[in-house]
Amino acid sequence: MSEHVHIPKVGTLVAVWAALIVLTATTAAVSFLELGEWNIVVALLIALLKASLVAWIFMAVRHAPTLTKLFCIAGLVWLSILIMITFSDYSSRSWTYQAKPWSHAKSAPATQP
Amino acid sequence: MADTVIHEPSAEATHLRHHFASVEQQMDASTLGMWTFLVTEVLFFGGMFAAYSVYRAMYPEAFASTSEWMDIKLGATNTAVLICSSLTMVLAVRAAQLNQRRDLIVNLLLTMFFGSVFLGIKAIEYHSKWVEHLVPGFNFQYEPAQYAHNAQILFFLYFCMTGMHALHMIVGLGLLTYLLIQSIRRVYTSYYFAPVEMIGLYWHFVDVVWIFLFPLLYLIGHRK
Amino acid sequence: MATIAHGEPEAATQTVNYLNVEHGWKSWLLTTDHKRIAILYLISITLMFFVGGAFAAAFRINLLEPQGVFSAETYNRLFTMHGIVMVFFFLVPSIPATLGNFFLPIMIGAKDLAFPRINLLSWYVYIIGAAFALFAILRGGVDTGWTFYAPYSSTYSNSYVLAAAFGVFWAGFSSILTGLNFVVTVHKMRAPGMTWSRLPLFVWANYATGLIQILGTPVLAITLLLLAFEHIANVGIFDPNIGGDPILFQHLFWFYSHPAVYIMILPGMGVISEIVACFSRKRVFGYNFIAFSSMAIAVLSFVVWGHHMFITGESMYTSLAFSILSFMVAVPSAIKVFNWTATMYKGSISFDTPMLYTFGFIGLFTIGGLTGLFLASLATDVATHGTYFIVAHFHYVMVGGMVMAFLGGIHFWWPKMTGRLYSEPWSKFAALIIFVGFNLTFFPQFILGYMGMPRRYHAYPPEFQMLNVMSTAGSSVLGIGYLIPMIYLLWSLKHGAAAGNNPWGATGLEWKIQSPPTTFNFDETPVVTEEAYNYHELEENGG
Repeated sequence: MSEHVHIPKVGTLVAVWAALIVLTATTAAVSFLELGEWNIVVALLIALLKASLVAWIFMAVRHAPTLTKLFCIAGLVWLSILIMITFSDYSSRSWTYQAKPWSHAKSAPATQP
Repeated sequence: MADTVIHEPSAEATHLRHHFASVEQQMDASTLGMWTFLVTEVLFFGGMFAAYSVYRAMYPEAFASTSEWMDIKLGATNTAVLICSSLTMVLAVRAAQLNQRRDLIVNLLLTMFFGSVFLGIKAIEYHSKWVEHLVPGFNFQYEPAQYAHNAQILFFLYFCMTGMHALHMIVGLGLLTYLLIQSIRRVYTSYYFAPVEMIGLYWHFVDVVWIFLFPLLYLIGHRK
Repeated sequence: MATIAHGEPEAATQTVNYLNVEHGWKSWLLTTDHKRIAILYLISITLMFFVGGAFAAAFRINLLEPQGVFSAETYNRLFTMHGIVMVFFFLVPSIPATLGNFFLPIMIGAKDLAFPRINLLSWYVYIIGAAFALFAILRGGVDTGWTFYAPYSSTYSNSYVLAAAFGVFWAGFSSILTGLNFVVTVHKMRAPGMTWSRLPLFVWANYATGLIQILGTPVLAITLLLLAFEHIANVGIFDPNIGGDPILFQHLFWFYSHPAVYIMILPGMGVISEIVACFSRKRVFGYNFIAFSSMAIAVLSFVVWGHHMFITGESMYTSLAFSILSFMVAVPSAIKVFNWTATMYKGSISFDTPMLYTFGFIGLFTIGGLTGLFLASLATDVATHGTYFIVAHFHYVMVGGMVMAFLGGIHFWWPKMTGRLYSEPWSKFAALIIFVGFNLTFFPQFILGYMGMPRRYHAYPPEFQMLNVMSTAGSSVLGIGYLIPMIYLLWSLKHGAAAGNNPWGATGLEWKIQSPPTTFNFDETPVVTEEAYNYHELEENGG
């Protein structure tokens, strides 16, 4: 039984804690910088890094069987399916389509509004 | 070979349930079960994240204007508080694995302390929003007026997402209380600590949700 | 020829089994035995089926007259409650919570599911949901359609939206818990030698269904909560007046509800695989294809939801993507139909009742599935959306498909669950009545939809009356058909002949144990050495 239990080292845990605190301070500080559209990207990347540290070390995903890792990834993939496809509807609604004239059309085609 | 006697822990010591063939199978099943539940939670919160993404893309200026009303100091403090609670939680799990009852109890208490601090700060924030008429559906008032309508959506999402999160924290505190009582009663040993580990996973997950909520709700277009 | 061992009725009650090991209401309401929980579910969903059916009878009566019989408001409530009850309280739990709960552990050689107490919790959560739904019904019902579209449901409807939504919310949680239990069980509780490639296809089907339940239902939960907040406090999330988007509600709603329809067919397909092998005395053709197609359906089902929204103003480009993906998701279903047909080819077919339901399923599901392609195609969907064509399509797959599979499964496994045999002449008769009644009810609706009759309207132009009367007549026949099994199945509990362990001569671990099974299923943990559906080996050994 004990061979399946990976007992983490206290030093590792405290190091991760320190990294998480530093990253929190970083993300708050960066938000004061004027980066335009990159603000959200940086903020999300830092959040992703923090979440990965919590999952990998605190939640012991690094020692977990492959199946567990698969379930983690599946959850994230499905979340991204939901968000990305819904988003694609909204972002592509404004794309316009220029009809091309048929090759044998005798008159000029009606222009798009 | 003849003089070594290997003692397997009893079914009682390991809390082996009758339908499982081995402790290992029971532990594996519990762990997979908790991870599966966490996947459902990802999708549950995910619906709100999807709504947030869509509306933020639709109304970027209105959303950005709301950061002025979010207290970044309290938000960042709360993030740090939860991170500390995650550390004490994982230390509690470690203590349970190592049969260190005293450390287990201390770390569980610390985790509960940090969790309560989080909820306390949240309550302060909610109160200040209430006083400032920033609760949608309850005499919502917002300046600048041109953003009022769309900002209302952000504030609803703020309350919905942090509210759901807080609800999960409260449930977590309840679960931790249960762990504390069981720890005091010496239920957990290095042969049986699954509940500590499982509830630990839940607690870390709730922390991960906040890790995303903080930048998305407090740090939108925040410039000073 | 399937052999049926007959025994005296008294013999059925001799052995100690899960039914008679304990008596009293506490032993049932506090049970953790997956088989007893399955029976609790069976009773509950049957009751809800007849509640939903009563609503159907009522609005079919309304549709006898072009000007309607009831008011528009009443009609709206009738079809809404029919949809809510049938989808969330009957079809979604149906096979998984009854036959799945009962047989999944046995089929993999386990003593119970991974989490027996969560199994019981899932039933109680279902009951809580059903209570809220029944409350909503008794207080006058909901009129929003089972789809609860905003902003009508969130802002303008004065019906019991909250109670109904809350009922659905709890039913959803029940579904999540069942799915979670099944997925963990299949991963961790298989007996020695029961590899993934030896699993009965019924197990594969319920596993895939469990994945959908886990990944999709939580989004429904949060969507209903958002709707509830909007309804209670007018917060504005779906309110166009402040910039909210009702289409967002639809995206979130259908992200679950489309995969939900696969929750409402995959288990049925699993049942069909079992029955078709047994009554063709042949192993299932293309086992791997069927197993993987279940997984493919589970995955693809999550990327097609926009085909419910083609006419809402959804982006043309997103609609195109959804359209082609919807064509793709039809492929694994078609693969299954080909494989079942190939299983029957050169098999030794017997026409027992479960097989009759299987024939019905294969034919009717094929029709329903093919008509789905008209709906996946953008141009034809624009013409048929919101018409009776859609109503006919989904009833062909859900009723002609899933309900037939459910009945087939009940008839196949009834001897194992109860230790009793039912009357074969009556069961064949009922199957025939159901088949005739079903087609009489729903085939005219394809024509009506093609002719342009819209759905969810209490009144219609007089030229549609003949087909509507035909449909209502069919529904009466169908209703009678559904009542007949209630009678002979219940009769068999007391008077049916003893079934013996394996009346059908079927393969599978469930047929190796006694009928009804003992509480812990197996005296010793089985060790599996054979592939599933080894009918050919039985044949060689003179079995």
